[in-house]
Amino acid sequence: MAFTNEQIERYSRHIILKEVGAKGQKKLLNAKVLIIGAGGLGAPVAMYLAAAGVGTIGIADADEVDLSNLQRQIVHQTADVGKPKVQSAKETMEAMNPDVKVITYHEFISSENILDIIKDYDFIIDGTDNFPAKFLINDACVMAKKPFCHAGIIRFQGQLMTYVPGKGPCYRCVFKNPPPKDAVPTCKQAGVIGAMGGVIGSLQAMEAVKYILGVGDLLTGYLLTYDALKMQFRKIKLPADTHNCAVCGDHPTITELIDYEQAECDGTGL
Amino acid sequence: MAEYNITDSIDITDVNCPITFVKAKIALEELDDGDILSIRLNDGEPVQNVPKSIKEEGHEVLSLTENGDGTYQLIVKKVGD
Repeated sequence: MAFTNEQIERYSRHIILKEVGAKGQKKLLNAKVLIIGAGGLGAPVAMYLAAAGVGTIGIADADEVDLSNLQRQIVHQTADVGKPKVQSAKETMEAMNPDVKVITYHEFISSENILDIIKDYDFIIDGTDNFPAKFLINDACVMAKKPFCHAGIIRFQGQLMTYVPGKGPCYRCVFKNPPPKDAVPTCKQAGVIGAMGGVIGSLQAMEAVKYILGVGDLLTGYLLTYDALKMQFRKIKLPADTHNCAVCGDHPTITELIDYEQAECDGTGL
Repeated sequence: MAEYNITDSIDITDVNCPITFVKAKIALEELDDGDILSIRLNDGEPVQNVPKSIKEEGHEVLSLTENGDGTYQLIVKKVGD
């Protein structure tokens, strides 16, 4: 595949980089990334991956754009209110970069459909806003041997970690089980500062790009936390021992996907 | 130029910085270790920057000669794959 003059110009700032080059840009154009949740986190991920020329981007979300989303979900515009989020995100990504093929999944992910959805993708982004979805994504990615980047945001705080099969702990190694229902407020109840999705989602996009290019160190074996009020990042080393994990350990006790009960006011796509 | 066994030639006189270097870099990436690329480039910014950037990438600049029409011919040997 040879670049067109337009592609040379569009991706010039990538191609100039020693770590990317023409070969790296071709890797991006041939890559397939799935974003689960077209909300506060998924929005910047979708936009940066589309701009970067990730050739195939899948996006899953069952919700429609709500006026209250627009304070942070920058992939959607005021005129998109009422439209399926995946459709609105697809339109934005395609308008940004015609090289990108966007595949939409206008449905809730569940134990029934997740393995079938993730199977064609190279890297998965967890941009969801609830624990049942986060554990489901983790377990499915462990079982299907797919790398993914977890993230969560609330109020002025955010966190992320990356899982690559065989390269360190999974989400369940760290957070054994979902917290009891209603023990933790959702974003809807607690609020979230808009730019938090931009900070953490952009870091998720960076992890996906680095994974595709095969450059640098990923956030495997670490949890990165960000406290915006204290303006503090912490990179916390996670225990390397994964042997006893219920899903990725040597003798997993979780061998089937679980649909945990969701707090009533939850929805996907923070 | 006759003394070099040119593998491929490109003309980057129709583009501006940084596309000049980007086009040279793409052409070099498609070559094998030891292949020779001939590049026609404009005087001024291109001739100041392109050979320097190519050297920074680890390739070998074999010669730079004036064509007499405001353009230069840059001969580069690809190093590495």
